[in-house]
Amino acid sequence: MPLYHNEDQAMLADTARSFMAEEGNIAKQLRHWRDLGCKDGFGHALWKQMAEMGFTGILVDEADGGLGMGHVEAGIVLEEIGRNLTPSPFLTSSVLAATALKHASAELKGRYLPGLIAGDSVFAVAIDETAKHRPSRIATRAEKSGNGFRLTGSKSFVIHGGSADMIVVAARTSGADEDDEGITLFAVPKDARGLSHDHVRLVDSSMATHTKFNGVELDGDAVIGEIDGGRAVLDAMLLAGRVGAAAEGVGVARGAMDMTIDYLKQRKQFGRLIGEFQALQHRASHLYSEVEIARAVTIKAQQLLDAGAESADLMASVAKAKVAKAARLAVQEGVQMHGGIGMTDEYDIGLYMKRDRALAEFLGDAYFHANRVATLSGY
Amino acid sequence: MADLETFRAETRAWLEANCPPEMREPVRDEDDIYWGGRRARFKNAAQQAWLEAAIAKGYTVPSWPKEYGGAGLSPAEAKVLREEMARINARPPLSSFGIWMLGPALLHFGTEGQKRRFLNEIARGEIRWCQGYSEPGSGSDLVSLQTFGEDKGDHWVVNGQKIWTSYADQADWIFCLVRTDKTNKYQGITFMLFDMASEGVTTKPIKLISGSSPFCETFFDNVKVPKSYGEDVPAYVGEINRGWDVAKYLLGHEREMISGAGGSERAAAIGAAMKRLAAKNGDEIDPVLRAELAMFDVDALAYAAMGEKFLDEIKVGKAHPAQPNMMKYVGTELNKRRHELMMAVGGSRSLEWESEETGGGKPARNWLRTKANSIEGGTSEIMLNVISKRILNLPGA
Ligand SMILES: Cc1cc2nc3c(=O)[nH]c(=O)nc-3n(C[C@H](O)[C@H](O)[C@H](O)COP(=O)(O)OP(=O)(O)OC[C@H]3O[C@@H](n4cnc5c(N)ncnc54)[C@H](O)[C@@H]3O)c2cc1C
Ligand SMILES: Cc1cc2nc3c(=O)[nH]c(=O)nc-3n(C[C@H](O)[C@H](O)[C@H](O)COP(=O)(O)OP(=O)(O)OC[C@H]3O[C@@H](n4cnc5c(N)ncnc54)[C@H](O)[C@@H]3O)c2cc1C
Repeated sequence: MPLYHNEDQAMLADTARSFMAEEGNIAKQLRHWRDLGCKDGFGHALWKQMAEMGFTGILVDEADGGLGMGHVEAGIVLEEIGRNLTPSPFLTSSVLAATALKHASAELKGRYLPGLIAGDSVFAVAIDETAKHRPSRIATRAEKSGNGFRLTGSKSFVIHGGSADMIVVAARTSGADEDDEGITLFAVPKDARGLSHDHVRLVDSSMATHTKFNGVELDGDAVIGEIDGGRAVLDAMLLAGRVGAAAEGVGVARGAMDMTIDYLKQRKQFGRLIGEFQALQHRASHLYSEVEIARAVTIKAQQLLDAGAESADLMASVAKAKVAKAARLAVQEGVQMHGGIGMTDEYDIGLYMKRDRALAEFLGDAYFHANRVATLSGY
Repeated sequence: MADLETFRAETRAWLEANCPPEMREPVRDEDDIYWGGRRARFKNAAQQAWLEAAIAKGYTVPSWPKEYGGAGLSPAEAKVLREEMARINARPPLSSFGIWMLGPALLHFGTEGQKRRFLNEIARGEIRWCQGYSEPGSGSDLVSLQTFGEDKGDHWVVNGQKIWTSYADQADWIFCLVRTDKTNKYQGITFMLFDMASEGVTTKPIKLISGSSPFCETFFDNVKVPKSYGEDVPAYVGEINRGWDVAKYLLGHEREMISGAGGSERAAAIGAAMKRLAAKNGDEIDPVLRAELAMFDVDALAYAAMGEKFLDEIKVGKAHPAQPNMMKYVGTELNKRRHELMMAVGGSRSLEWESEETGGGKPARNWLRTKANSIEGGTSEIMLNVISKRILNLPGA
């Protein structure tokens, strides 16, 4: 398969690009909701519009009412979300939770997927328990209780946790905190008793929660996949989420880069456009190279994932790490090359820097994934 | 798709039957590469058998048309062949400047007569070509070149000097940039083809920091170059005085080759191999070095994907025409970093210059050789200039 978008994908990219630029742009969404101090951090109307565009159910099987498309297509939407810094629950709902729900019972699918596809529901995922991503350690416990389970523990960095209708929670049903086995995934509804949130606004104006499970009682049918066998579902969800986050990061990087290169062509100092200075030209060209490469490996990871290739896991970590590095470079060079104006809230380039910071941290930063690449490669 | 799978199965079977086991080992030194030409000698029977099988199948130049010695493979088929060769670590049966540089230029600009003659010679490894571009006063600023061809009606008399001419002392023919109009900088250069055995051509090897002498100073002293080698076989590519267009087009292919895009070791991860190397020396890899190896592997594997994307796109005209410059910039900088890390892991063992254990100082010599990667074929700084101008459209670039 050639490593570029086929005709259908190129058409989707055109559609997504113009739609997100029109409806999801920084002024209409990110700044608007931020300046209102919105408690969700995103607009439900846009989420509904994204559903009308068919985006929300991209990864949902056709049999379940979705489009049955793959990660290349989801990535196309995510790249445009990234480019516009559009706050939306797409990554957590349509990629992460949707991937988990592929492994769920017909009953759970029926309960949650129609709302997702219609853009009426928002989902979150609760994986991390400390300040760094470390899914190998899961201490939140689910104990058998009657026909169901009782959930105790806490999670952090639950993006959209406060607005979610359902949270996919990775908990331990047996074994010790660091064990590979003994994990079970649960679909926890927002009105579950004993569920409480500590709401936090993050540097990029997105909303997250520290979520506590204080003896949350769940029915047996809230289990996604197998009891004690949730690691496989969690891994599948992480894989999809990391590849998705990489795609969004590519959009952030490209958005910041394009803005910066435009600025180099407008700003004059010393009687010349600053883009004429070779010191800046070479850095801009280096940045371009890094961003192109980050995009290539992200598409590679998407294709491998869609093909069900074993190497998708390694390539997902390569992509997540590479994008984290390239996007970081893009936002740093972006602010620097804008000079003083790059430090102002009025100018958008700083918003890219904030978004990059939060996105890179989500599901593992460059260090986490480079380390993972080394481990998977056997050193 | 079904056709491609059939092609893959056939290719796999063909490789199984025709690529000898000795040709499925990594290239260790210069001897392992078969460059062709009048002076070429096979290192062993396997090298010869592999070349002959490849020539018969058109697989020394698989994407070239059959009438010019290729196999006429489509981009998708050529990719399958690349993948299947990479799968068994098959060496290229033939390597040459003719394949990488002159061939593509002739395919684009050559006359039918030139193609039939020169491309077939290249595909069969009969004639080895060298590249006469750089001069002592004209490196990055190549267009300022001074080697002059005086028009004598049916021939030119060429005088001047080239430098850094790789393998000039091994080559049979040269593709050479010669000024034929002193009044016009860009439109006063002719892209000439002539025999290195011509009277008045001398070469003088230059020794590199790695200790080897792969390139030369090349002197032209009243060299007579006929304007034609027969019907429809002019001695110049493109038009007289319009050789700069050909030269630039060729540089795109040269840069693509040097970039290592598409399956060479340049795009590969090294961490696991470095762990084995350290273990062999009785060492352990320092955690900070491991971290650098991991970051390197991220960059290298990402670059491998970029290489695949670039080759896929270039075949169907989707790549930006200046993209080979980006590939060359990143690929060569990455290769330098790779060898820095390999030297670090190798420690004092990798400093040995002549020992048997190091195969005569291979680690150090290879490390030094890589420093030329970001110079030859246009320096990294020039690549960045070209990206600035042609891709980013920055002002004044
Ligand atoms: C937090 C903050 C506090 C400040 N406080 C003060 C203050 O109290 N008083 C005051 O007077 N000023 C103040 N400044 C302004 C500061 O001095 C300027 O922002 C700075 O000099 C850069 O100028 P500029 O913003 O116009 O950027 P520009 O000069 O437009 O630069 C934009 C980009 O072009 C690059 N560039 C420009 N010229 C060249 C060149 N020749 N070669 C290569 N690259 C070039 C720059 O390095 C930069 O990356 C402050 C700025 C900030 C951010
Ligand atoms: C191993 C090897 C093999 C080679 N083989 C061949 C061959 O077969 N045939 C052939 O014709 N040539 C060959 N070359 C020559 C090669 O193409 C030149 O060395 C190269 O183009 C650089 O030219 P130069 O050496 O004159 O360096 P210069 O052009 O003098 O450059 C010196 C430094 O200045 C920098 N610089 C120059 N101009 C600019 C600018 N505008 N902006 C910023 N920085 C600039 C360069 O990047 C470099 O760092 C080979 C070189 C090497 C090392």
